[in-house]
Amino acid sequence: MTASTMCPNWSKKLLRIAIPLAVWLGVWQLASFWVGRELLLPSPYAVAQCLGQLSCTPEFWLSAGYTLLRVVSGLVGGVVLGTVLAFLTRFCIWADWVFSPAIRVLRATPVVSFILLVYLWVSRANIPGLIAGMMVLPVVWGSLTAGLKAVDGQLLEMARAYGFSSFKTLRLIYLPSLRPHFTGAILNGFGLAWKSGVAAEVLCPPKWAIGSSIQQARQALETPELFAWTLVIVALSLVLEGLLGLWLKPRGEGNA
Amino acid sequence: MIQVDHLTVSYGDKVALDHVSLTIPLDGVTALVGPSGCGKTTLLRVLGGLLTPDQGRVTGLEPDSTAFLFQENRLLPWRTVWQHLTDVAPRHTATPPETWLKLVELEGEEKAYPAALSGGMARRLALARCLALERGVLLLDEPFTGVDPQRAQRMLQRLKELGKPVILVAHEPHLAQSCDRVMEL
Repeated sequence: MTASTMCPNWSKKLLRIAIPLAVWLGVWQLASFWVGRELLLPSPYAVAQCLGQLSCTPEFWLSAGYTLLRVVSGLVGGVVLGTVLAFLTRFCIWADWVFSPAIRVLRATPVVSFILLVYLWVSRANIPGLIAGMMVLPVVWGSLTAGLKAVDGQLLEMARAYGFSSFKTLRLIYLPSLRPHFTGAILNGFGLAWKSGVAAEVLCPPKWAIGSSIQQARQALETPELFAWTLVIVALSLVLEGLLGLWLKPRGEGNA
Repeated sequence: MIQVDHLTVSYGDKVALDHVSLTIPLDGVTALVGPSGCGKTTLLRVLGGLLTPDQGRVTGLEPDSTAFLFQENRLLPWRTVWQHLTDVAPRHTATPPETWLKLVELEGEEKAYPAALSGGMARRLALARCLALERGVLLLDEPFTGVDPQRAQRMLQRLKELGKPVILVAHEPHLAQSCDRVMEL
């Protein structure tokens, strides 16, 4: 690809980001003018100013870092456990009878109920990660269970006829077949982990956490700070989702 | 000799094989011919141990000693041509994968994925993979589907030169005639 053909692509991509951003910032600014009270709806400028001040403090980075750590650890835990349970419930009838109803109950229960229940049993610092994991687990389990059911029976028959070991069948047929399901589950689970993890931080505030800072800002009626922290969550979520998407992007040419 | 005695196979209400008895010599290339739906594939699947008959039995053939080429290619979209062969080759084989690629005329396509192959090339890869299993008896279900007639003749000749017993389902009369014997179902 030459530089001349790359430039229009880049400017098109930039415009696709800049135009909606400008439109929504404009709408926000107008709405803020119309409301006329910073306490109810601060202007984008006030929020940006607040965000600038916050980012100069070590507490900001500690809070963002710890929240990220909790969410990611919950995500990893949920993905690992959801994957193990998906294989167990698919291939072991007893495990299916025991775990499948429990996971469905987990999926149907409101996150707030879990946060408040877990608050009774677990230390505050561990609640966000645990809740994030509990929200991710059913998503990963559901997606991988559907994926395992959809694995091509003809390929499995070929593997049996050609004497593949169980490990080889897993490596060459199950795992590649599950890849799109796994990718979708992780990306969906990541969004859920963020939302539920931060919600848990708001309801059971641990020491360094974005959710705790949101709670403090709300109590102090610091609406620009509340907006600033929310922007931090959105930005972190979008950046990490983009990085995850890049990491999970299919490699090789065999995606027919 | 493979002895097939009173073999009966049904799929629900449909009888695919009804008390079929025949003797298949275990040398050279044997073509199974017959109209569509007469049970050629079913017979081959029973010989390969992939299907248990409702009645009757097969003697003189161990399913573990057979390499089965399915009617569908059943290739793995995420594996290259080369990997398809190395995935199934016996651990201590003395035959390099190139041998099988040469037999099916797929040299130079080692790094290609199935999506990049034409229908005929994909069929040839499926056949090469079946050969790479290096088992004693080859059971081939329509091995030359989508392969041009001249190339199919050359490949059939090379299969004969392997010296292994081959039982194949053939729809093309000219190919069946080139086999050592033809058995009609």
